[in-house]
Amino acid sequence: MADRLTPLTVFGETAARVDRIGTLSIAERPDLALASLAARLGRLSSLEAVAPLVLGAPLPGVSRVAGDTIRAFWTGPEQWLVEAPYATHEDLAAVLKQGFGADASVTEQSDGWCAFDIAGAATLALLERLCAADTRAMAQGDVLRTTIEHLGCFIICEQPGASFRLWCARSSALSLHHALVTAAVALS
Amino acid sequence: MLIPHPLLGLRDAQEFTYLGDAALIDRPDGLAADAAGRFFDYGYLRDNPAGEHRELWFHEQGDRSWLVVTRNITTHEIVRVELARDVALARGRGR
Amino acid sequence: MSQVNRLSGGRVDRGTTLSFAFDGKLYQGHPGDTLASALLANGVRLMGRSFKYHRPRGPLSAGSEEPNALVELRSGARREPNTRATVAEVFEGLVATSQNRWPSLAVDALSVNDRLSSFLTAGFYYKTFMWPKAFWEKLYEPAIRRAAGLGRLSGEADPDVYDKGFLHCDLLVIGAGPAGLAAALTAGRAGARVIVADEDFLPGGRLNAETITLDDAPARDWVAATVSELASLPNVRLMTRTTVYGAFDHGIFGALERVSDHLAVPKPGTPRQILWRLYAKRSLLCAGATERPIAFENNDRPGIMLAGALRAYANRWAVAAARDVAVFTNNDDGHRTARDLAAAGVHVTAVIDSRTDAPEIAGLPLFRGAVVTGTSGRLGLKSITVRNADGRTQEIACGALGVSGGWNPNLQLTCHHRGRPRWDETIAAFVPDGAPPGLRVAGAAAGIFSTHGALTGGAEGARAALADLGIPATLPDLPRAEDAPFRIAPLWQVKGKGRAWLDQQNDVTVKDVTLAHQENFRSVEHLKRYTTLGMATDQGKTANVPAIAVMAELTGKPIEQVGTTIYRPPYTPVAIGALAGRSRGADFRPRRLTPSHHWAQEQGAVFVEVGNWMRAQWFPRPGESHWRQSVDREVLATRQAVGICDVTTLGKIDVQGTDAAAFLDRLYCNGMAKLAIGRVRYGLMLREDGMVKDDGTVARLTENHFVVTTTTANAIAVFRHMEFCRQCLWPALDVQLISTTDAWAQFSVAGPKSRELLQRVIDPACDISNEAFPYMACGAVTVCGGLRARLFRISFSGELAYEIAVPARYGDGLIRALMAAGQDLGVTPYGTETLGVLRIEKGHPAGNELNGQTTAANLGLGKMVSATKDAIGITLSRREGMNRPDDLRLVGLKPLSPADTIVNGAHLMTGGSPVDAAHDQGWVTSSCHSPHVGGSIGLGFLKRGDRRTGEIIHVVNPLAGTDIRAQVVSPCFIDPEGVRLRG
Repeated sequence: MADRLTPLTVFGETAARVDRIGTLSIAERPDLALASLAARLGRLSSLEAVAPLVLGAPLPGVSRVAGDTIRAFWTGPEQWLVEAPYATHEDLAAVLKQGFGADASVTEQSDGWCAFDIAGAATLALLERLCAADTRAMAQGDVLRTTIEHLGCFIICEQPGASFRLWCARSSALSLHHALVTAAVALS
Repeated sequence: MLIPHPLLGLRDAQEFTYLGDAALIDRPDGLAADAAGRFFDYGYLRDNPAGEHRELWFHEQGDRSWLVVTRNITTHEIVRVELARDVALARGRGR
Repeated sequence: MSQVNRLSGGRVDRGTTLSFAFDGKLYQGHPGDTLASALLANGVRLMGRSFKYHRPRGPLSAGSEEPNALVELRSGARREPNTRATVAEVFEGLVATSQNRWPSLAVDALSVNDRLSSFLTAGFYYKTFMWPKAFWEKLYEPAIRRAAGLGRLSGEADPDVYDKGFLHCDLLVIGAGPAGLAAALTAGRAGARVIVADEDFLPGGRLNAETITLDDAPARDWVAATVSELASLPNVRLMTRTTVYGAFDHGIFGALERVSDHLAVPKPGTPRQILWRLYAKRSLLCAGATERPIAFENNDRPGIMLAGALRAYANRWAVAAARDVAVFTNNDDGHRTARDLAAAGVHVTAVIDSRTDAPEIAGLPLFRGAVVTGTSGRLGLKSITVRNADGRTQEIACGALGVSGGWNPNLQLTCHHRGRPRWDETIAAFVPDGAPPGLRVAGAAAGIFSTHGALTGGAEGARAALADLGIPATLPDLPRAEDAPFRIAPLWQVKGKGRAWLDQQNDVTVKDVTLAHQENFRSVEHLKRYTTLGMATDQGKTANVPAIAVMAELTGKPIEQVGTTIYRPPYTPVAIGALAGRSRGADFRPRRLTPSHHWAQEQGAVFVEVGNWMRAQWFPRPGESHWRQSVDREVLATRQAVGICDVTTLGKIDVQGTDAAAFLDRLYCNGMAKLAIGRVRYGLMLREDGMVKDDGTVARLTENHFVVTTTTANAIAVFRHMEFCRQCLWPALDVQLISTTDAWAQFSVAGPKSRELLQRVIDPACDISNEAFPYMACGAVTVCGGLRARLFRISFSGELAYEIAVPARYGDGLIRALMAAGQDLGVTPYGTETLGVLRIEKGHPAGNELNGQTTAANLGLGKMVSATKDAIGITLSRREGMNRPDDLRLVGLKPLSPADTIVNGAHLMTGGSPVDAAHDQGWVTSSCHSPHVGGSIGLGFLKRGDRRTGEIIHVVNPLAGTDIRAQVVSPCFIDPEGVRLRG
């Protein structure tokens, strides 16, 4: 039998990348599992009924995030992405499939996306250089999807004005990281 | 332009992809006897009003909803925006 | 003898002295100076040459409307032509060079154009360079190109960076003069999100240039207090050096912030400029007004300036343009200039007022009902000729002349949605009439010229804008300010024999407008294009209205009937670099990396951009000096042993739902409804017009779960199309879509030893024998001790082949594991070139063939189009025109002589027929050197190609002058029975 494979980050490393530029920190989060969840046609109400049991919280509404260890955020009509710690939930898609059964379509997305947590006093100034979204007006637990330097990204407000999580497609994560670091340097 | 998304509020048109006339929702039945003629009209004949126009926009960098945007193409005033799915259902499209 | 013309007072920091160079000569100025103010302080009036006639010119204005004082700023790669000296801030070590002159500013060879001016009138290009025709390309155009243009580009890459940014606000206030500051104060105190943008580096607008008082104190005190209060409000953002250059739809504005233009070099990493996109729920235009000149003979000499500019130089910059100054005006504002100059210690030699009822001006020589009829001074003004009310003329010596023909509201932004301004007789100017939705106008931009009017108009405009948004606001206590009426008696030109300039930058004179009128170019839009009036970099800010007035006089129409040309963005020029932002060079667009990217880099792979993806093109080995050596080796290794290629880039779309099969059956022209679980099928997707859209594979993982692949280039478009079908065409089907392209690292493992290799990494519990896992099977497996993976037995190469997918983070590990496990099997990584050779040898169509102009029948896949179901594109694919008897068919091509090479794009001709479009038989779409065949092969489209196998055809490339003979063969050069892939 072949040896087990070593997982690598988007940077080709085994450890997560963290950059500190001025007061800003930009931290890669490869320790998150991700799965997409979509209601089957006409099954939204039964999906909503089961959700608290599976996720520990009701499904979030439009542009909102809900949950704790397992956390869901709205991505489109009757669609969500679900996050959880990778170490304990590498099988997140299977867990969701088990829990939601025929009420939902579930797809493993852990490696489809890459998350960066950005925090610090200049977070809003950084986002103002990068995307058209009104991040200054975002409340805790708000989420939206927009583009940053041509890249589609989800932006989750963790702490208004101070801390945000960005999710972008894994294959272009280095380009997003480059854009974040370049803009951060320009601000410092 | 800013498109007032029915679920998300005002969103920059740069997040959207434009397709064209919302009449594309009314796809004919390919198995009907007169399918050839109807598909020709569907594919090639468009109204070109100098005023309000119903058009399809895809919120590609957003929630991936197709929208029917009623827009005055001479002033860019947006009169109405609906989820295309709702419009399609209302126009009798189903399975 | 430095700064001979510097007065006392002003807003420059005398505590610091800055050195700068103009045309190689060193001068001194102070922080707060512009290049123009500092040069004037040093007694320099001559700063440029005009565009056409190379007339000596000095600054006309003290602001962004400047037509004349254009210089090349900085040196080397940072040299920027056509920079307005009137807004360029002086910094230590600034280097500026005059332009459009040779050999020097004072002695310019092309000033001969000025003597030839009678030939160089409006339309001279159209009239002069017509005959003989052949001269245009060889003589006229090169000569004109040499003479044309003002400054020179550096020709080097711009070393600076430019950022973009996005801001949102309730109220955008454009301009930080009295109206803008009062508006910002009102809205800021009300708690609204406010942005105030001003093009100047010093907020205050016209208040900085005046001696007027507010509440009996200098206006600057109120400005300072207001700016400091605004700075203390977290909801207000005051942006100086920021020009709002365009009003776009739905409250979106473009603004350019010059972050570092006032520095010698930007701080490392920081941008030189930022292009802001402003989203404003409401906006208030407080952009002030621009003074306009009067046309009279030789009114363009250095030293002849707008009266308000002379006043601004004296009051704000403490500079007298000359020691002896005259003023020529048709309104009361000219008197203010004369008074301020006199108060500043400048000798005012004459105030020439064209109005016979002009008010008295204490202590200064006033010439009522008089006009200036001419000037003298070759490189700078020496004297003016004045014709008095009684007709007598006299010469008056002066080094500067302030001219005021009235003030034009800066209403450009109100016209960016095609609003047309209205003529206001009382101020003899166009005023805004309608504006983009949500935009209000206040202060001088609205034609309210008093300071009191500006302050109250700004405050009330802000309150009204916020009321729209439901935000209550109270008016602040505004300071007492002058509220003098504006009195003017229009005077546009003083008629005379010589040339009187209207547009100084493009050298358009009253004579040119007269000529245009004579030749019937009377519409203001025709006038503009025929004479080039207002088409220079200043967009005619000082020229347009006087020219319109002259045209009105010529046509005998009132000015409002002549109208204005349409103002469009940008208000002032915006550099291409700022529009590009960070999207330059390697950052032009984002790059997508495959999971094996870092590994491939280690292998020394050569990469190619496909879509946004970086893909390995080939993997050179030591000793290989030509790419063909690498590719031939990779091809043969794959055909003889096993090759591995990263195919992660193919679009992967997860399709789930109880109607997923029915949905896919309508998307693909071939049947998908009955695809068995655990099987893969090739799918052909048409556009609704019947042309091929894309191709790929459809794998059924479970009853209600499919994974479809798209070509790399079409992944996004296909997903969009599928969502359109799902939401707009069949909204009651139970189907859910999501892209999963990036989630899986997918490798093609191809070649006779591919199964053997895979068996070494796939866990033994998974049986992938030919019986258990036949051709076109798919399913879940585990690799390397339990890692979840997907296996597809599909082949693009024609060999026994698989695609194996693992979660992307394990992709690097998997390719290393496969390479290690297959060493004894001769495992070889291959890139996109080999991928191409393998598929051409097998006759599989790819992007070259699926070019949006081909039908399934063209590709030889006509039988795939179902005759019994409705799916996208089927109906229109049956059209007669797309099914002609002589339709194109995909064929293989093989040269008769092994030495010959088939090239893409070559045309296929029948032997003996003329080589022209009428006899064209088709063309080559793909070609390569085939190691399997042992020579050049090609794929192409040939008329009736399916019935011409064996025919000898000419492959003609008229570009290279080649004409070779080739045999028409089956497009499938290898294993046409498909034994290998089923083995």
